[in-house]
Order: sequence, then C-alpha cells, then structure tokens
Amino acid sequence: MWPDRMAPAILFRSAVVLLGRFPALAGVDFEVDAGEAVLVQGPNGAGKTTLLRACAGLVPLVAGEATVLGHDMRRDRRGVRRRVAFLGHATHLYDDLTVAENVRFAVRATGGDGEGLSAVLERLGLDGRLRDVPAGRLSAGQRRRTALAVCLSRAPELWLLDEPHAGLDGRGRDLLDDTVRAALGRGSTVVLASHEDERARALAGRVITMAGGQVHHEPGRRGATARPGKPAHVA
Amino acid sequence: MWRDALLVAGKDLRIERRSRVTTNQVAPFAVVVLVLFAFALDPDRGVLTRAAAGLFWVSVLFCAVLAVQRSFSVEAADGARDGLRLSGLDPAGVFLGKAGAVAAQLVVLEALLAAGVVLLYGTDLKGGVVLFATCAAATVGLAAAGTVYGVLSAGLRVRETLLPLLLLPVAAPVLLSATRAWEAALGTGGGVGGAGPWLRLLVVFAVVYVAFGVVAFGALLEEA
Repeated sequence: MWPDRMAPAILFRSAVVLLGRFPALAGVDFEVDAGEAVLVQGPNGAGKTTLLRACAGLVPLVAGEATVLGHDMRRDRRGVRRRVAFLGHATHLYDDLTVAENVRFAVRATGGDGEGLSAVLERLGLDGRLRDVPAGRLSAGQRRRTALAVCLSRAPELWLLDEPHAGLDGRGRDLLDDTVRAALGRGSTVVLASHEDERARALAGRVITMAGGQVHHEPGRRGATARPGKPAHVA
Repeated sequence: MWRDALLVAGKDLRIERRSRVTTNQVAPFAVVVLVLFAFALDPDRGVLTRAAAGLFWVSVLFCAVLAVQRSFSVEAADGARDGLRLSGLDPAGVFLGKAGAVAAQLVVLEALLAAGVVLLYGTDLKGGVVLFATCAAATVGLAAAGTVYGVLSAGLRVRETLLPLLLLPVAAPVLLSATRAWEAALGTGGGVGGAGPWLRLLVVFAVVYVAFGVVAFGALLEEA
C-alpha cells in the first residue's frame, strides 16, 4: 500500500545513532513528506550515509524517535526494508551470479515472480550480452547500473540513494536521473546524498545540510528550502 | 519461511557451482587431510583401519569449517550482507537456506571422504543404515551450528580465525558421537547396537541447533 501523500514518509526526532562509541547521528530532526525528493548535503563524515542507513533500518537508534513509512524504527527496523531501496557505496551484488540472476534474486526475495525483469534490464541497458555476465566481471559503472536495476525491480516506496551518480558515465547518470524522476512520478519518496551538486539539485525539491551528525535547519521549515512548484510547509 | 529458505539455498548452491570452491579447493583439501593422516600413522595399516571413523569425522569437521567460512564470505563481499538484510527475507528462512546449502556440500564431501577411507585406509564400510543415519544427523547438526557461528563471526575482521575457534569446540559432541556411532557400525568399537545412544545425541544436537538458529539468526544477523 502506498503511503498517504500528506503523512510524512520519514520522521526523525532527536535521533541518535552510534557507530561504536561515536555518535554518527547526534540528535537529528528530519522530516520528509511522502512523494518528496530531498537532497542531503554536507562534508565527508557529516552523517549523511548513516542517516540513509538509519532510514533503511540498517543501523539501530539508541535514542530519539524515528518513523519510516509508518514503521517505528526503534521497535521494528526489519519491517520497512521490503518497502525500501538503498543504493549505497556498495552494490550488494554477488560476484558469481549473473546480472539477471542478481536482479531475479532480489525480486523473488520481495515476493515477486520476476515477470518484469527483462523490461527493467532493457531500461537500464543491461539486456543482451550483459544480462548473462557474472557481476564480478562487470565494470564499476555496469555494477552500479545492476544495483540500480535491483532497486528498480523491487518497486520501492522509498528510494535511499547514497552518492548515486558515483562511478556512472554520462549515459548511466541520465538513466539514473530518469529512473528517479519516474519513481517520483509514481509517488515514491526519494532521499539522496550527493556531491554531484547540479544533477542532484535538479532531482531534489528540497535541500538539507548536515554537519557533525546533525541536520542544520534552514528558515521556514525544519531543514527545508522551498521546492520549485511545490511550496514547503512548516513542520 | 520455506520459500525463502529454498531461494537462499538455491542462490548459495548456484554460487558454489559457478565458483567451484567446494570441488576445486575444499574437496582436494579433504583428500589431502586423509592422505596426511595416512602418512602420519603408516606403516601400521591396522591403526589406520581402527582409527578410520575418527579420522573421517575430523576431516569432515575441517571441511565444515571451510564450507561455513565460504558461505559467509560471499555475503561479506561488496556489502552483500546488507543486501541480504534489505531483501526482506525471513531471517529463519535465510538460516535454513544457508544451513541447507552447507549441508548439501558436506554430503558431497562425506561421500568423497568415505571413498577415501575405503581406498586409503582399507576400511570395510559395514552397517550401512547406521552409517547413513549418522551422516544425516551429524551433517544437519554441523551445518546448523556452523551457520549460527558463521553469522556470529561474519561481521568481524578476524572472522577467518575466529570461526574455527568458536565452531570446533562446540562441534566436539558431534565428533565424539559420530565417531562412536561409526565405530559401532564398522565393528571397530563394539557392536552395531552400541550406536543407538550416540545417534540420539547427534539428533538432539541437530534439533537444538536448528531450533536455536531459526529463532536467533535474525538477531545474530543484525548484530554481525
């Protein structure tokens, strides 16, 4: 079921995440509406990746509150994962499985039957010869596109993209941008962290900045700048 | 849960078939271990025959460590473990699938090792039913315990050295019980009737670790 467009897809209040003893998120307040695209910016080590991982339920909160797609992340981190796609620094691919096998495994894991597999591979330029190439023999950009195909095939409600343009050539970047725009058109929510300022800003309706494990809010909204064509509301 | 288990087992076995680590590395390693035992205990062939059951199961144990290490090393590459967590698969299904794939590889290796003890040690494999029952229970127990300790050590930098340290002591009851049961079947340690209690111990071990794995694997995967 798709989330109510008015309800926040992500809501963090004073969220704290520790990596060892280090507070990677040190009391984060963060809110994203359903169907919104938000760009998270900040220097290396600001906590962007940890914020995205926390949204995916990959790291536990030690304090504060967080709700993602209606799931209380302090009580039920696993429940949200089936509804989320996470494209991070790692591609999460099995080197000995082919491109098609990697995507099919991801689809079946979410309960799908792999019916739309060929269409997804074709859309991302992974059909033909590449379809049956083991992931271990792919170039970095091809691996990235395969990881994107895995995300796309899961038909997620929430896209979490950590430096999604990294390692992609011009065509790959265009494919990624088109895929994200199509997902937004279907009502998905997107949070991306990127240093590719121009491309990322073109995708996002709102930009927030992180530093030292905290979100630095901008006037008018908790961390918000107005989205062109869609006025930001005050949280 | 069963659907997820089949999916994960199929994925792991497909990876093994492609990479051929079991056939090209673990199986030769198993044969080398048998040969080294033969060198160490030769020229007294009588000792080899009497000790065949124990040597067989020690070799199986070493192979189990390698199979479990391989099973979790494929999840460590390029963040695949995060992918597994994000997949939404039932953790109990993941456990059963990974343990099932390890068990399938162990069955193949046990067949190879059994042929090895016949050829190298001159062992006559009598008491087929007891031998098979022992292999079945011990394989399930080793695969389940191995998968539990495999995921426990999976996220650590020292996992290659930590896994044997964790698994080998825990698997000692399997080594003891399976060896005694095989000795009873082969006639090198009492009659076939003496295998019963050891077989029961193997079954209990297997049931306990399968149940523990089904319940705890999710939490262990999160903590790893």
